[in-house]
Amino acid sequence: MNETQSHPVLIDGSRLIAEACVRAGADAYVGYPITPASLIFFFASRRFPIALPAPDEITALQWMAGLSAAGYLPVSATSFPGFALMVESINMAYMMELPMLVILVQRLGPATGTATAGAQGDLLLLNGLVSGGYPLPVFCIADLEDCWRLPPVALQTAVDLRTPVVLLTSKEMVMTQESFDLARLAEIAPVRRTFYEGPGPYCTYDPADGLVPPFLPVGNGQHQVRLNASTHDRCGIIQHTSDEAMANTRRLQAKVEARTPVLYSLDEQEGARTLVVAYDITAGAAREAVAALRAQGVPVSLLIPRTLLPLPAVYLETMDRYPRVVIAEENHQGQLAHLLFGRRVPPHVRRVTAIGRMIRPDEIAQEVAR
Amino acid sequence: MSGFLVKPELPYCKGCGHHLIVRNTVKALEALGASPLDVVLVTDIGCHGIVDGNFATHTVHGLHGRSVALAAGIAMGLPPEKKVIVYIGDGGATIGLQHILEAARMNVDLTVVVHNNMLYGMTGGQPSGLTPTGFRTVLTPQGYPLPHHDLPRLVRDAGAPYAARVVGLGDFSDVLRQALEVEGFALVEVLEICVSYGVKMNPDLRLKELAQETGYEPGVWTGARPAFRPSRRETASLLEMPAVPRQYSSPLEGRMALILAGSAGEGVQQAAELLAQAAMMAGLHATKKGSYPVTVGVGFSTAEIVLSRDPIFYHGVPQPDAVVVTSADGLANQRERIRRMTGGVLWLDASLPRPETGAEVRVADFRGRAGARNAALYALLTVLRETGVVPPEAFLEAVRESPIGKHVDLSGW
Repeated sequence: MNETQSHPVLIDGSRLIAEACVRAGADAYVGYPITPASLIFFFASRRFPIALPAPDEITALQWMAGLSAAGYLPVSATSFPGFALMVESINMAYMMELPMLVILVQRLGPATGTATAGAQGDLLLLNGLVSGGYPLPVFCIADLEDCWRLPPVALQTAVDLRTPVVLLTSKEMVMTQESFDLARLAEIAPVRRTFYEGPGPYCTYDPADGLVPPFLPVGNGQHQVRLNASTHDRCGIIQHTSDEAMANTRRLQAKVEARTPVLYSLDEQEGARTLVVAYDITAGAAREAVAALRAQGVPVSLLIPRTLLPLPAVYLETMDRYPRVVIAEENHQGQLAHLLFGRRVPPHVRRVTAIGRMIRPDEIAQEVAR
Repeated sequence: MSGFLVKPELPYCKGCGHHLIVRNTVKALEALGASPLDVVLVTDIGCHGIVDGNFATHTVHGLHGRSVALAAGIAMGLPPEKKVIVYIGDGGATIGLQHILEAARMNVDLTVVVHNNMLYGMTGGQPSGLTPTGFRTVLTPQGYPLPHHDLPRLVRDAGAPYAARVVGLGDFSDVLRQALEVEGFALVEVLEICVSYGVKMNPDLRLKELAQETGYEPGVWTGARPAFRPSRRETASLLEMPAVPRQYSSPLEGRMALILAGSAGEGVQQAAELLAQAAMMAGLHATKKGSYPVTVGVGFSTAEIVLSRDPIFYHGVPQPDAVVVTSADGLANQRERIRRMTGGVLWLDASLPRPETGAEVRVADFRGRAGARNAALYALLTVLRETGVVPPEAFLEAVRESPIGKHVDLSGW
C-alpha cells in the first residue's frame, strides 16, 4: 500500500481477513457455508491458491488436518453450529500438532439461535474446548485494522506452536461495511516456516531442547513421519499412559502457555479510577464511551484484550490497579468476567451485558459514571 | 522381513483376519515397487488402527470414522506418485459413510481397505451398518435383524472407478495391487469374522458360507474417471478496489443514523451501500450493515447506515435520526422501532398505512415514481434532497458509477 496517499474504500472485515491470510502465506481454504461466516468463504474462494468446498464441517476440519499434514497452511471460517461439529477434529489436530487457523464468527445462540444476529457468546466454549483442559490459542479481532493485523499473527502462532489457532470475531465485525483507508494497512510478511532438516532419525514429537517439535510433512522422501491423535510417545507411537507419553501431553499445555503472543491495547489516563475492558465488537462501543467520558472530564482507562486464551496474566494485574473495573461484552453471563473471576465476581467489577443487540456506548459510560 | 514393516509381529488376536490384510497389503506394495516413504497409511479407530507402529511407511492415526476424510485431505495435498491408504473397520465405515461416499464422488486418489469383521470388535462386539442379517452379536444374540450396507455398490454409485470385495482368506494381494494402481478412489472390502466376538457368537459359521448366505458377493467392479487433485492457482488481490473520490462536501457536523427498510429483491442493500459511498465522496465516515431473514429472497430487507464527521467505532443504531420505509415488509420489520421514535423523521411510501410514531412523518410515492425495483434508491435520493446531509449529486454519481448504473433510468429523477 502507498503510505502517503489515502485510498478510501467501503469495505468489510471478511475481505480484509481473507486477503491478510493469503498474504501471510495461508494457501488452502476449506469452507462450508454458514451465516455469518459465508462472506469470508466467498472472498477466500476467490483469493486462496486452493479453495475447497467441503460437504460438512467435520469433513472440512479433517481435510484441513490432511492438508496441514502434507505441509499446507489451511484456514476455515465458521459459526457455532459448524464449529460444534469441528470440535473433535480440532482436538485431533491439537493432539497431532498440526498448524491451521479456524475463524469463529460468533452469532446469537444457543443452538441455531439467530443466524443473522451478532453475539459474543463462545468464549467459555473455547476455554474448555480441548479435552483435559489444554489451552488453545485464541485471538480476537477488535476493529477493521485487526482484520488485517491479526490473521498473520494467528497463522504465525499456528506454525510456531504447531497447533490449531482460533481467531474469534462476530457477525457485525465481519459483515458491516465501513469507510476505511487502505493506505493505513501495513505490508504483511509471509509467515516464517522451517521444516526439519536434520539427519534423522526424525521423531515427530521430539521437541529436543524446546517445547515445539520441528515439523515435517507426511509423504516426504527423507524421514518417516508418524502423526497420532491418540496418546503417544515422542515418535508418535500409541501408548497407554507411559511416562514419556504423559510428558508429551503435558508439553502441549506448556508450549501454548509459554509461547502464545500476548496482544492487547491499554489506553490509561492519569487519575482514572475506572478501567473499561471490552473485546470483539464491543471494543468499538467502549472506545466511544471512553472518548465521551473524557470529553466530559471524567478520567477513564481502556483495556482491549486481543489474546483471549490462554488468558494473559497482565489483564488481572492491570485490573488490580483500579478501584473499579467495567467489563462489557455481548453475552448474557459476562463470559470474560467469569473467566477472570469465576462465579465470585468481586463487587468492584461491574458487568455490562446484552443479547440480541450491540452494547451501546452510553450503557458503558453510565456504568463508569455510576 | 519386508521393508514395509519394522516389526513382523502384528498386534492382533490369534487367527484374526487383520493379519492377512497387512500381509497382502505389503505384498501388493512390493509388487508395485513402491518405497515405504512413498506411502501414507491412515488408520481409523479399531483393532486394525493399532498396527501403525508396525509399518515403515508414514503413518497417521486419526479419529473414529473420519480417516477417509483425513486421508482425502492428505491425498489432495500430495503428488500422484504418493500412495495414500486408509485402513478402516466396518464400524468406522458406518460412522464415516458420508466421507467414503464424498471421496468416491470426488474421485480423490486414495485406496480404502475396509476390515469388515461384521461388528465392532474393540468395544465388545456391537453390530455395525455392515453386520449382515441373522449374524449374532452380543447385543443381538437372536441374530441381527437388518440388512447390511453394500459398500462396493454404494461407492460405485457415487462414481468410484474401482470397488472390490474379497473373502479375507489366502492371497488377495492382486486385488489390493489393482486398487493401489488406480489413480483415483478405490475401495476394497475384506470380509472377516472377528475371532473374539464373531466366532464366539456364531460358532458354526464359515466365512465363505456367510458371504454367500448374506449376499456379500465377492467381485471387482471398475470404471474410469479422472482423479480429483486441486492445483495451486494464481489469484488477484481482493484490495484492487477503486478509491472513492472525494469531490463533494457535507454540512453534517455530528452523526446521522438512518434506517432503510423495504423488501428483499428490491435493491435495499445496494441502495444503502451507495449512500455510504456518496457520504464518503462528501468527506464523511460511513458504515452500513444489513439485516434480513435467513431466507434472503423473500420478506424484509433492512439496512442501517451511520454517517459521521468523526470516525465511527460503534456502528449500532439504537435511535435512528431517520427511517425510510419503502414497502409493507419494511414497515412490519421496523414497526416497533418506529413506534419508539420520539423525534427524527419517518419517510413513508404512499402505499403504506401511517404507523404510530413520535417522529415527523413525510409521505412520498417512492414505488409509484420509481417502481418497486428502484424505490429504495429513489427514497434515499428524496431524503438527501430534503435534508442536504449529502449532496444528491454525489448519490446520483455513485449510482451511475455502480454496476447497476446502466440499468437504472435516472432521467427525470
